[in-house]
Amino acid sequence: MFNASVSFHDVLFMLRGAGVTLLLTFWAVVGGTTLGVLFGLLRASAPGWPSFALGAVLDVFRSVPLLIQIILVNAFAPILGFDVSAFTIACIVLAVYGAAYCTEIVRASVLAVPQPTRRAARSLGLTWADDLTAIVFPIALRVGLPGWIGLALGLMKDSALVLWIGVIELLRSSQIVVTRTQQPLLVLGIAGAIYFLISFPIARAGAWFERRWQDQ
Amino acid sequence: MNYSFHWRPVFQVMPEMLAGCLVTVEIAALSTVIGVAIGVALALGRTGGNRAAAAFALAWIEFGRNTPGLFQIYLVYFGLGSFGLHLNSYAALTAGIAFNNASYLAETFRGGLRAIPSTQTRAARSLGMSAPLAFRLIMLPQLFRIVYYPMVNQMILSVLMTALGLTVGLDTDLAGVTQHFNVLTYRTFEYFSVAAALYYLIAKAMMLTSRVVAWRLFRY
Repeated sequence: MFNASVSFHDVLFMLRGAGVTLLLTFWAVVGGTTLGVLFGLLRASAPGWPSFALGAVLDVFRSVPLLIQIILVNAFAPILGFDVSAFTIACIVLAVYGAAYCTEIVRASVLAVPQPTRRAARSLGLTWADDLTAIVFPIALRVGLPGWIGLALGLMKDSALVLWIGVIELLRSSQIVVTRTQQPLLVLGIAGAIYFLISFPIARAGAWFERRWQDQ
Repeated sequence: MNYSFHWRPVFQVMPEMLAGCLVTVEIAALSTVIGVAIGVALALGRTGGNRAAAAFALAWIEFGRNTPGLFQIYLVYFGLGSFGLHLNSYAALTAGIAFNNASYLAETFRGGLRAIPSTQTRAARSLGMSAPLAFRLIMLPQLFRIVYYPMVNQMILSVLMTALGLTVGLDTDLAGVTQHFNVLTYRTFEYFSVAAALYYLIAKAMMLTSRVVAWRLFRY
């Protein structure tokens, strides 16, 4: 079963796929966090219906399968006349998908900062921006970081779905190797090990942070 | 933009797509039920005294949570062939999602079990119930009440995960049916935007149903 005709070059090819996975994750996390912080602050501070409307729009991205979103954007970009690569489309979809989740994390974290604390800051003469950076940010970070780490790892795992539109990331590259070597269990095992090695240490670090900050 | 949208072919196959919705809900429900059963077992295994069971449960949970769901479906569909086990895409998809569900739900259940006061079990035991009976009659109902909403959430995530059936060639669920008609006409945007709307409606309907059920079940 394990007579390996999987060569060193195949593993190298898969590692290059893992690099693409990490690159996808990077752009998705950067884009998703930027948009998410923006929308989250908006949702936490905007009154009534604008906040609700933004929430409802972002909820659509969390209620439609990511694969369908990827297919839709991939089909819609050429209709609009954009000539963009599959990689760019993948990054955009993942970033918006990430932003939909990140918004809720940021909103919940900002709302977890006690209102009297913020009022005290303002009455001591801190500006709105000071309050946000010196008071809200450090407190909200502790509430939101574990969830944010979970989101980043989720995006890393969800980036596998972009193989459908032809981005050769880790899972697609291992599929290519499987097609060539006919050793699905071994090759997928290697791919799984790579995913696990990326995800597990970060997940553990997140859990450690969560425990440490809860104790205080 | 010189693209003319054609919606008529999509609405002509609406009955088939709605039938696909049923299959989607069926796979999601099936994989959630299996996932809940295995999840409870894993949570008990992890917290119980048996070292081997705890290690097995921990391995399952960490593997399930640290690799992509799509990878797990691939492993079931392509990987199990090495053991001579050839599942069709329906079974592979259901098994893959159930495996994924079980690992996430196990952690939810572990948290839920910890939230039940230990005095409950002790009271049940001192009333003469056997350990399994106390678990079934005292612990389980309280556990399911605590984890009800996370469980519903996991089921909705399962609905979204069923779209991955596309990648293993399933053509009876909503995504599969949509893809089937898509390759006949290549009206990709039209077909999949209707599919997206249907997925959204399924997710919302499930959420609403769960609220109603909770309101009926959890009132004193």
